[in-house]
Amino acid sequence: MAEKPIQGEKRVFMTGNEVAAWAALAAEADIMYGYPITPQNEIMHYWTRLSPKFDRGFLQTEDEISAGFTTCGGVLSGKRAFTATAGPGNTLMQESMTMAEMMRIPLVCVVQQRGGPSTATVIYSQQEATMTCYGGNGEGFRIVYSTSTHQELYDYVIKGFNTAWTYRFPTFVLGDGYQAKMRESLHIYDPATKGINMVATEPSLGLEGTPGVDRDPQHLRNTYNTEEELYEVVSELVADYEKAAPEIVEYQTFDTDDAEIVIVAHGIVTRAAQAAVKELREEGIKVGHFRPITLRPFPANELKEIASKAKKLIVMESAQGQFDRMVKHAIYGLTTPIEDYFKPGMGITSEEIVEYVKKGM
Amino acid sequence: MSKAPNMPKSWREETKPHKFCPGCGHGLVLKALGQAIDELGIQDRVVFGCDIGCSLLSFDFFNVDSVQTHHGRTTPVVTGVKRARPDRICIAYMGDGGGYAIGSQHLVNAAARNEKITVILANNCNYGMTGGQMAPTSLPGMKTETTPYGRDPEVTGYPTQGPEMVSAITREGAYVARGTVANVRQLKNYIKKALQNQVEGNGFSFVEALSGCPTNWSTNAKDTWAFIEETMPKYFKVGELKAPAKKEE
Repeated sequence: MAEKPIQGEKRVFMTGNEVAAWAALAAEADIMYGYPITPQNEIMHYWTRLSPKFDRGFLQTEDEISAGFTTCGGVLSGKRAFTATAGPGNTLMQESMTMAEMMRIPLVCVVQQRGGPSTATVIYSQQEATMTCYGGNGEGFRIVYSTSTHQELYDYVIKGFNTAWTYRFPTFVLGDGYQAKMRESLHIYDPATKGINMVATEPSLGLEGTPGVDRDPQHLRNTYNTEEELYEVVSELVADYEKAAPEIVEYQTFDTDDAEIVIVAHGIVTRAAQAAVKELREEGIKVGHFRPITLRPFPANELKEIASKAKKLIVMESAQGQFDRMVKHAIYGLTTPIEDYFKPGMGITSEEIVEYVKKGM
Repeated sequence: MSKAPNMPKSWREETKPHKFCPGCGHGLVLKALGQAIDELGIQDRVVFGCDIGCSLLSFDFFNVDSVQTHHGRTTPVVTGVKRARPDRICIAYMGDGGGYAIGSQHLVNAAARNEKITVILANNCNYGMTGGQMAPTSLPGMKTETTPYGRDPEVTGYPTQGPEMVSAITREGAYVARGTVANVRQLKNYIKKALQNQVEGNGFSFVEALSGCPTNWSTNAKDTWAFIEETMPKYFKVGELKAPAKKEE
């Protein structure tokens, strides 16, 4: 057996794509299936350089449809398989992700959001939030971690594999072009040194023994004949998802205890929000920040409680209201005023948040 | 007397009679496949994938591990399995729509990469499950739901020559053939060679099977058989197109 890719823990200075590749290696991922699209390419570049040294596999497919479905095949074979994509590639991949939802295929997909709609930019956005959470003809039976730093990218790629294989829902690490391409300091580590054990994988196809002789064959399908039959299957998905949700949901709060104004933001925008809150607090302004780490499942109860005590919410995102819809759905029934600060495909700085908050006072 | 005499051992008795329409060719293709699996003794190693369309009705057909996926996506799912488990014998089963239209990029690229999988494609000149629309393989002049006045090649092109295409883009090591349900013994031999090719790890293997769809063709038994046996081979030549060179004994 090849030795561990990372011994103990070490401090590094890397791009986020490199971080994702190292995290997958450390998480004992067996194989990556992928297709080039900016800004996630370097995940493949690093994986193809590193993986042969540790007996891991790689396949460059003909498109993201194939990348998604080959990943499904790898996971069904009992391998810790993953893929990565962005933008229009994420769109193509949605078809396979609905199959993963329906058939409980615990794949991991890293998304590095780029501008949209359409080809747009290769740079940055938060415009793949809706698609990553609810894409295809699915019902959102997915787990979506929205990261904000390279350390989180590393932590949540590792955690993502374990969440996926524990609950058997497709799991996404939702980054963006800034996180993909930026270089930042972080600690990479062997999960074992942090007491993290990788959840064992198991095959759904290609089991030992002769089917029909030693055991029943595996007959896996995602097609059903009657409304009642489908309803039963989907109801079970709903029940399992809702049961798992409280164990999966993650969020952070910053100075929300006495906050009159609460900034709600996810992903990398949380960094600007955190900095803005610090600055505004120094001036005595009672502002706080709520940040869901999981967009699916969404920390609805936690946000609702904080929002109910606030005088105003400001939803900030680099998209035209994709996150805002999740927020409003979560806190439906409250009368707390909500202001929107949308910059589709544009970064948001702490300076502009400070200015916006002050202007509204 | 528990079993019908001709049922292959690898068939799953509990799911018979099968779900295909009376007179459908799928049962014969899957019989040939079952016999080939039996003769090669690979039942314990086979992973069978099927498409959407009529072929999905085969998801519980065999006593082998099986998975049904979306239209055209069987090739990548099975490729994903093979890449993860090279010790398995991976079969992708689909219709002409799945292989030559919606999943054609997967067929082309799996063939070009020489994926060590076996694709078996039933060609019945139309989309069966969705109600008899034109397929890439519909014959010139053929009436379908989307070509009610007959397929006009000027407008919709000529029938896709699948094995010829696969043969052209694969290199040494690939196995490519076109059989027909009108000659099940020959079809079984082609499928067996295709699977053997995968067992030996030579490369991609592909068998198209000419098949019938009396439900959508609106043909009786005699006309169905005449179409398969006489009309289809005029456009789709039955035979082996590519086989790996015999190894030195």
